[in-house]
Amino acid sequence: MTENNNGVLVVVEVVGSQPIDLDLEMLALARRLTDSMGGTVTAVAFGTGLETTGEILTAYGADQVLINDNAIFANFHAEAWLPDLSKIIAEVAPAIVLIGHSESGTDLAPRLAFRLDVDVATGCESIDIINGRPHMTRGCFGGLAREVVTFTKTPALATIRSKTQEALTPMMERAGEVKHVSSILDVNSIRTRVVNREREKAVGGVKMESAKIVIGGGLGLGGPEGFKTLNEIAELVDGAVGASRAACDLDWCPRSYQIGLSGRTVAPELYLAVGISGASHHMAGCGNSKTIVSVNSDPNAEIFKSSRFGIVGNSQEIMPALVEEIKKLKA
Amino acid sequence: MKIVVCVKQIQNPEIPPAQFRIDEEAKVLIPVSGLSPVLSPFDEQAVEAALRIRDRAGEDSDIEITVVTIASKGARAAIKAALALGADNAVLLSEPTFDGSGGYVTARNLAETIRAIGDVDLILTGRQAADWDAGVVGLGVAEILDIPAITFARDVQTTDGVVTVQRVLQDGIETVEADLPALVTIANELGKVRHASMRETMRAAKKPVKEWMPEDIGLDEAQVGSSAMRYNLERLYIPVNDIECEFIGGNTPAEIAATLAQYMREENLI
Repeated sequence: MTENNNGVLVVVEVVGSQPIDLDLEMLALARRLTDSMGGTVTAVAFGTGLETTGEILTAYGADQVLINDNAIFANFHAEAWLPDLSKIIAEVAPAIVLIGHSESGTDLAPRLAFRLDVDVATGCESIDIINGRPHMTRGCFGGLAREVVTFTKTPALATIRSKTQEALTPMMERAGEVKHVSSILDVNSIRTRVVNREREKAVGGVKMESAKIVIGGGLGLGGPEGFKTLNEIAELVDGAVGASRAACDLDWCPRSYQIGLSGRTVAPELYLAVGISGASHHMAGCGNSKTIVSVNSDPNAEIFKSSRFGIVGNSQEIMPALVEEIKKLKA
Repeated sequence: MKIVVCVKQIQNPEIPPAQFRIDEEAKVLIPVSGLSPVLSPFDEQAVEAALRIRDRAGEDSDIEITVVTIASKGARAAIKAALALGADNAVLLSEPTFDGSGGYVTARNLAETIRAIGDVDLILTGRQAADWDAGVVGLGVAEILDIPAITFARDVQTTDGVVTVQRVLQDGIETVEADLPALVTIANELGKVRHASMRETMRAAKKPVKEWMPEDIGLDEAQVGSSAMRYNLERLYIPVNDIECEFIGGNTPAEIAATLAQYMREENLI
């Protein structure tokens, strides 16, 4: 069996012709891994209008960027990605392939693993090279435990959780090679047809993943009204509002608010958890926040075990009061 | 139409975190004593998705729902739960070395089991098992069987040999279709599952459960359990949490809110 050893390949996710934060975070991880085990960092971007993508990815750490600019890649579609991606990986022969643990990455990575006949570790928080071999650490059992796994075949595939790595400071003068590749995709091989796609309209404000303050609401808010107050606070402090799965399931807020194992991952300066019990599957999406402050009426709530500061009280009274206090401070 | 639902029996994931234990030496979960195993919740929703398809088709439909599971020591609780919800029959692949063999081996063995069942039109799985949370097996089965797969469904409908799925996106919904046979993984957004009725629970005991050994479906030793494994579990642990929570008190909500706002200002967040 031949061993792939040519460094790390990062599968970049492009949104609106731009790489997303998670891509840049993965490039930093790829650099660290190649520093430790040798080889180069290759970034692969599929999409349209990728004129500046190569430069950006190089500035953030890629040695080589492969651009597959084609109208067919305008929207993510796993079946469309797989033939080209499999071919590129076979040619580059990386030891490790990194894919974002995102809506598209979680759909793509397992398929890719089986196409390549290798194994995949999903939702990784870190990868370390020990005795020359990648050791992937990932959460399991709803976030209650961590497992560290190694694979017997290369490349090792891993999906990386957002906000677990810190992107490098971009260096526009960094040298790198940008190559355009052409697609080998036979469109007749695509068996799943997207007949409709509806995304919630972006409602302005700050994006959850890049906000310095994220306010998460849970069942303790008592209803959708509570989210109005949280949105008011978020607006005052340039923050974003998220939610527990339970609150989303009750339609108290849009589905896109969901933070946790099957939702989004945030790691703000301050995570203000309001009326959230702190189930491990929720903590999987906010546990890397710098500081967690929580408000809960139950003094034994699990969330306090992860919080730097805790407030035992009725959030339905405290949150409206917080709106007033912040207004006073801003006056 | 034949629907197969792949299910897994696991320890109840809803236990209080304080009861969750791991043997770090043996790298295994220490089962909570006296706690009955359950059908993994996403798999329960996959069963529900199958039942909704049959409900829509009506009582006289030819839809047959088979639950399939692999286990080393049986999986009575999961099979019983799925049959009591309304599945028609079950196939258990009994594989003594199965535990901890990982997504790759599980997908291979499930795919062979489904091949042995034969003429399956639709395969449903949970988006991930609620123990290892990997989300690999469903897509793996589809790749091995070389059939289309659609992930994270909140609604699944079939008409005239086509499956139509509403897929959950981070900020929206996508409608995707594929010709059968196909595989669909079910997301928690599918919503509430039904309770087992008394009638179905009584009937469940009489529903056929086939127990197959690997050799019954042509799997040899190299294809099952630890000998087929592609990964090593190097470590399994519960992360330590050394945060000490400092409680902020106050006589009125306004007083508490003022302290919190002051803290946010000191941290330069306001």
